Amino acid sequence: MADTAPARATRPGPRLSAAVRENIAGWLFVAPVVVILGLFMLLPILMAMWVSLTDWNGQGSPFRSGVPFVGTENYTRLFTEDGLARQDFMTSVRNNFYYVAIVVPAQTVLALGLALIVNARMLKGKTFFRAAFFFPSVTSSVAISVVFLFIFANSGAVTSLLKLFGIDGPQWFSDSRGVLHLLLGGLGLVDPADPPAALTDGGPFGLSWWEWLSGPSVAMCTIIMLVVWTTSGTFMLMFLAALQDIPVTLEEAGMLDGAGRWQRFRHITLPLLKPTLFLVLTLGLIATWQVFDQVYVMSQGNPAKTTLTPAFLSYQTAFRSFEYGSGTAISFVLFAIIVVLALVQRWIMRDRDPARRTRRS
Amino acid sequence: MKNRTVRTAALGAACAALLASAACGSGFDDDKAAAPAQQSSGPAELQILIGSSGDAETTAVKDAAAAWAQKSGSKATVTPAQDLAQQLGQAFAGDNPPDVFYVDASRFADYASVGALEPYADKLSGASDFYPSLRTTFTYDGKFYCAPKDFSTLALVINDDLWAKAGLGEGDVPTTWDQLKAVSEKLKAKGVTPLAIGDTRDRVGAFLVQAGGWITSPDGKQATADTPENLKALQYVQSLLKDKLAQFPSQLDAGWGGEAFGKGKAVMTIEGNWIKGALKADFPDVKYSVHELPAGPKGKGTLSFTNCWGISSKSKYKQQAIDFVEAMTTVDQQMAFAKAFGVMPSRQSAKDAYTKEFPADGPFVNGADYAQGPVNAPKMDSVLADFDTGIQKLTSSDPKALLERLQKNTQAALG
Repeated sequence: MADTAPARATRPGPRLSAAVRENIAGWLFVAPVVVILGLFMLLPILMAMWVSLTDWNGQGSPFRSGVPFVGTENYTRLFTEDGLARQDFMTSVRNNFYYVAIVVPAQTVLALGLALIVNARMLKGKTFFRAAFFFPSVTSSVAISVVFLFIFANSGAVTSLLKLFGIDGPQWFSDSRGVLHLLLGGLGLVDPADPPAALTDGGPFGLSWWEWLSGPSVAMCTIIMLVVWTTSGTFMLMFLAALQDIPVTLEEAGMLDGAGRWQRFRHITLPLLKPTLFLVLTLGLIATWQVFDQVYVMSQGNPAKTTLTPAFLSYQTAFRSFEYGSGTAISFVLFAIIVVLALVQRWIMRDRDPARRTRRS
Repeated sequence: MKNRTVRTAALGAACAALLASAACGSGFDDDKAAAPAQQSSGPAELQILIGSSGDAETTAVKDAAAAWAQKSGSKATVTPAQDLAQQLGQAFAGDNPPDVFYVDASRFADYASVGALEPYADKLSGASDFYPSLRTTFTYDGKFYCAPKDFSTLALVINDDLWAKAGLGEGDVPTTWDQLKAVSEKLKAKGVTPLAIGDTRDRVGAFLVQAGGWITSPDGKQATADTPENLKALQYVQSLLKDKLAQFPSQLDAGWGGEAFGKGKAVMTIEGNWIKGALKADFPDVKYSVHELPAGPKGKGTLSFTNCWGISSKSKYKQQAIDFVEAMTTVDQQMAFAKAFGVMPSRQSAKDAYTKEFPADGPFVNGADYAQGPVNAPKMDSVLADFDTGIQKLTSSDPKALLERLQKNTQAALG
């Protein structure tokens, strides 16, 4: 800016202060991105928001005058009205909740474990293992889903393997029984064929407590296994990067102080990995709530709606039943769920005692 | 502080500009939607979107369209769709639908109720020649909308080798529910799965018809799911499933009944005439025969599946489109399609020619007389999908509760 200062004196017309001109220049530089983001992200989101408030049937533009405006009805139907829409939505939320509750911890722990293994200095053939663990992540999810369909087919590899050990495996993709139900039945606490009336009689949002407590179905478990296996490679890479950032001196200092392997991991490695852990958990949370392609390829929500997820239900409602309003409403509720859960997670993982930290450092 | 106001102002301006451009777009749409589509006479450029069953069908339709185009001096472009329902949905939303397209019977009411279809079928010559059950399928609010392209019905398909191996002869082919059960028990005793049946209303529904019931009233206005007839049918199917006299294809490691049947995992299956092509292509060695479905307490019953030639209400070339459909539904053309990809003509006057050409298909064609079409009411897709879910769990659930649930949901959807 210093160069332009003398030029200003000779230029006629209104004077702009340096700060304003700097601002204008800045905005000009970011203008392309703002326009592109606005046009292809913000505007579609706003348009979808409008569609979610209407009963648009997919005929012509949703911005015509004849499109019926229904206010928040598409949203209230998902929560307050006793009908199929709410039942399907709540079933999908239940399925996805169990899915997230298993996938996120499992993939995080697995990814961390893998990262620790391939980070070990003693390991031979490190590159090979890194590539091998990362491989599922770079393969197309559709291709992997199709392969899993074969592996878990009734005469597929997994069932045959179980048979070798004398186990009569389930019919993976047609088994809609909930694992929690099976577990409760196996422990003899509840008879799944005839659940106690206290659980079946009532429950929130149109599903009985018994239905809420089903756990993921056997079919959903196959999708869970697939996703844990494919995504842990990506997250392993993130943990690995963070691990390599940890100075060896800290580790050595710990050793000198007489800390054991576990103590060093617990009190040196893990605290230093916290930002990465937060990143992995957040990304995992977002991705798992949006699971779509595996469901689309492998099960289409079957058997018995136990692999139905909000993302797939939204697609199905909009493009199969032509209820675009309900479909977009579901996706906005899903968005809200993700935002709320991400905030909750941030709050849980916040620095508990910042005062002590600053004093120490 | 100043920085922030500038930023907000700029952001606001950007939003306003974007919204304005969107508003302009919708304003344009407004005019187009308000006025009926401008009609052009003379040579047309027809866009035809088909949900093809395979290369044979695509080629046959393309050839027929080319012949028509040459005769009429118009242009006809045939496009096979990857996912017809989704592509049509997008085309309607974009206000740019094809002129002529296949409409699946189960989705017909959805399209008709939103005004996407032109009700032209009564203008065709010999409109009363189409099978009455097919006319009903494509009638909405008393108007016969579109001409049935062809149709299929369900029948009982028997694997002749396995049948003979189990010591059964031609006289043992079941014609009633009781006989079906008895013969299935004999087959089960020999250690084979007697019947493979699809786990949806499109197969199990046939039993509802045989028992004298159905999900909706004939005019599609009332829910009639929770009736003693339907209950009887589901209880019968449930008894077959519980005793493993019938199994779903997924239990037999197959995607559909025809695959389980072709692999020899079941002696009988209930499928439509499309099974002929599938068996010929994938399991050419299987010897089979086709029989009418066993009759229930209220007589014979089967389900019919069909597509119609839908004409868009927004088409610029409606007259030419009707002319095109006219050419596609003549007896000769329908017979040509039948020979090319194994569908049954939707015109009664083509029945004799068809049975002469394909004598083994008698049971499929005869089904037309007592067939029930898909549920003919809009907004029923998710309700019926929910019913399918119930059917998948039929062995472990109460049929009465299943029907009550279907009744409640159907009532809600029909309004």
